[in-house]
Amino acid sequence: MLGITEQFRDKWVLLQISGEIDMATGPELRQRIVQYVQEGHLHIILDLAKVDFIDSTGLGVLIGGLKRTRSHGGDLQCIGLSESLKEMFKLTGLDAVLTEKDV
Amino acid sequence: MNSGITLEIPAKAEYLSLVRAVVVSAAALDPAFENQRLEDLRLAVSEATTNAIRSHANLGSEERITIRCGLTSDRIEVEVQDRGPGFNPEKITPSGSLDEPGRLNYEGGFGIPLMRVLADEIKINSADEGTTVQLVVYTPPSNDNS
Repeated sequence: MLGITEQFRDKWVLLQISGEIDMATGPELRQRIVQYVQEGHLHIILDLAKVDFIDSTGLGVLIGGLKRTRSHGGDLQCIGLSESLKEMFKLTGLDAVLTEKDV
Repeated sequence: MNSGITLEIPAKAEYLSLVRAVVVSAAALDPAFENQRLEDLRLAVSEATTNAIRSHANLGSEERITIRCGLTSDRIEVEVQDRGPGFNPEKITPSGSLDEPGRLNYEGGFGIPLMRVLADEIKINSADEGTTVQLVVYTPPSNDNS
């Protein structure tokens, strides 16, 4: 199960994600990001504080979103990273490019 | 693995969370497993099962994926078996370490490297008729040396 709620703050779209991001739910998040970029919302914040689990398929969605927004002159950042999620970002090298936004 | 739990699932992503829950619940029966190791196991099993489901994508059959797990005094062993076309794990795994900047050009390909980091032991046996991934996670050594 994946929950996604949106808020618009200045130029940023804040997406609060809850649940698990894996092969079953990742496509829904990917599609939402694609849709925002198509609509011209190029700056996206993902609040992952309520994400219970993310696997490499979920990380692939984040990487895809990051590349998609940046290729259009935007950006994708994350907030609410748990310690285990930070560790996973480190393991996969994501911490070098996917920054944690200060809010 | 003569005793333990066996799950047979359709090759559908919707079953991933069930597999994770069953395997981690089985491991949690041993209180020696710390939460972080349970999380490592959860992720490793998810990666193995995801790969198995992907391997069935073009199978066009009702062949199922089998997950077996067995708890012994010092470890949990998990086996994920698919019937998809085999692969050479060394060939598809991008070389180099996970934290190389170039890895970020890939949206996938993290699964097997992550399993290698998270599990204490991993064996991948792949042939034309399917692939079996065996994962072992040990309980921490006892501090009681008396």
